[in-house]
Amino acid sequence: MTSLKKNILALREKKVIVELGGGEEAIEKQVAMGKLTARQRIVQLLDKDSFHEYDLFVEHGVRDFGMDKKVLYGDGVITGTGTIFGAPVCIYAQDFTVAGGSLGLMHARKITKIMDHALKMKMPIIGINDSGGARIQEGVSALAGYGEIFYRNTIASGVIPQISVILGPCAGGAVYSPALTDFVFVVENISKMFITGPNVIKTVLGEDISMEDLGGARVHAEITGNAHFYAQSEAECFEQIKKLISFIPCNNTQKAKKIEPKKPTFKKKIDDIIPSEAKEPYDVRDVIRAVVDNSDFFEVQELFAANIIIGFGRMNGETVGLVANQPMVLAGVLDCDSSDKAARFIRFCDSFNIPIITFEDMPGYLPGVDQEHAGVIRHGAKVLYAYSEATVPKITVILRKAYGGGYIAMNSRHLGADFMFAWPSAEIAVMGPEGAANIIFRKEIMEAEDPNKVRQEKVKEYIEKFANPYVAASKGYIDSVIEPSETRNLLLHALDVSKNKEETRPEKKHGIPPF
Amino acid sequence: MDKQNENQNGNQEFVDFIVTARKYKTKLTNKYLARQKWEQFNPGYVKSFLPGTVIKLKVKPKQKVKEGELLMIHDAMKMLNRVVSPITGVVKAIHVTEGQKIPKNFLMIEIEPK
Repeated sequence: MTSLKKNILALREKKVIVELGGGEEAIEKQVAMGKLTARQRIVQLLDKDSFHEYDLFVEHGVRDFGMDKKVLYGDGVITGTGTIFGAPVCIYAQDFTVAGGSLGLMHARKITKIMDHALKMKMPIIGINDSGGARIQEGVSALAGYGEIFYRNTIASGVIPQISVILGPCAGGAVYSPALTDFVFVVENISKMFITGPNVIKTVLGEDISMEDLGGARVHAEITGNAHFYAQSEAECFEQIKKLISFIPCNNTQKAKKIEPKKPTFKKKIDDIIPSEAKEPYDVRDVIRAVVDNSDFFEVQELFAANIIIGFGRMNGETVGLVANQPMVLAGVLDCDSSDKAARFIRFCDSFNIPIITFEDMPGYLPGVDQEHAGVIRHGAKVLYAYSEATVPKITVILRKAYGGGYIAMNSRHLGADFMFAWPSAEIAVMGPEGAANIIFRKEIMEAEDPNKVRQEKVKEYIEKFANPYVAASKGYIDSVIEPSETRNLLLHALDVSKNKEETRPEKKHGIPPF
Repeated sequence: MDKQNENQNGNQEFVDFIVTARKYKTKLTNKYLARQKWEQFNPGYVKSFLPGTVIKLKVKPKQKVKEGELLMIHDAMKMLNRVVSPITGVVKAIHVTEGQKIPKNFLMIEIEPK
């Protein structure tokens, strides 16, 4: 045997050992927790045989607390590049079988190295989190590692898509990397995210709460809004990630990949979706499904602030971002959470050259002390900021109600919408007819013999005069009043017209959005 | 209705919901249903700003206290916090004992203005 052959065999043997991570016993434990190993996750997510690993032989250099005698293969994280549907991505996966996936200096260096690579090569980065937290034996070096990851998350924001997948614990400081990224994926019974764990809460407060109830997948998908995609299994989660990747471009200088255009397959007639009675609810996603290619709507943050709907679809094979008020939940009002949800999504679309289509049917802002005190002014302003700031093609279709501040906020002409369409059912007014009539005709109503009767008459009068799209159209705030069945064709036309849209903003370091 | 729709809503019934004088039929979210009711601020209520432990009580019921006078020591967030009287008055009630662990916003002492 030549010496090269010997060396090759030695390399292979070495790789087998290192690739086992924490060893068979630790892998058994990982499986018993219902989790895949870090390596299995990467292989399942990426195209077959596309993964190329970096830094397999990295080791820590810690001498304290007996660490000099411990070998941690790969230092508890696997990093590399591969492809999803043929598109290159950078990826890292924390390996819980190696010292609980704890983050030390070299572990962090591997992550920051692959992040730098992603930013330089302008491709998406996917981080799979499964870690007990900072490696305590490494002290402040572990903190430094986190800090350097957060810094890169921030610098890469808006340049390359950043995706976080929570497939195990992600606690304490570790939570801030996902929080800084664009999309966070969680899986039922596996994902756990919190700043302070149940043990500390029990010691300090005496409150007994399970990890799942404190920071499980469902909590982050529905209550906190930290997560964007919720799945029942890791396999389902990987399918969601692949689908997302198919909808978004690889960086902020590119457009998302065009696919073959398909007609909507949605069965219900678009004219029949909205109930004739203005106060009756319906599912606004039906309108979206009736207009997008193949009726394929990929919803983001489905469970959080369900009074607004956001997500991706395609028109003529090209990705669009969709924002729509949901009359079925909380009457489709804007509130703190829904404002936050919509604003962030709009900024993602704008950063990554994705046109935004807005479907509007909203009665105003959510009334209540809790909303006012929670800062609905500050949060609501985020929507105004995000729409005004965006320079991608911006199209609005007013389906029904567009009242007051909500009319302005939902991508109105006044915030720079490129196209304003309204269905004949649109009601564009300073407030709902009942509220307006109560104010305008206060005296007549109060002095009437039968105030209720007069109020009803005045409300009717107001509805006939103002609760329609024609007042706004007469001022040019609405470009066209259209039939519902024309919607898809006109949207396609609008997108076609705005293909070469150019809109510049004054030069600045950055704006100061109302975070 | 599909399963996802059922999941995302706190109650499955469409209810009346008023926004600027108009009544809409809609569903409510779990989060909306769990929101906290607003309470009028009472200047004589001494509540905890942080979760923690009562270390030492410095006053007794019916004792007169001046504004700014030390009422108790509250160990929270690795600090021994001095809790002082917000107003001048009489200690009406003490709802904590030394060594007791308390959550945030817990009513610890009531002062009656004098």
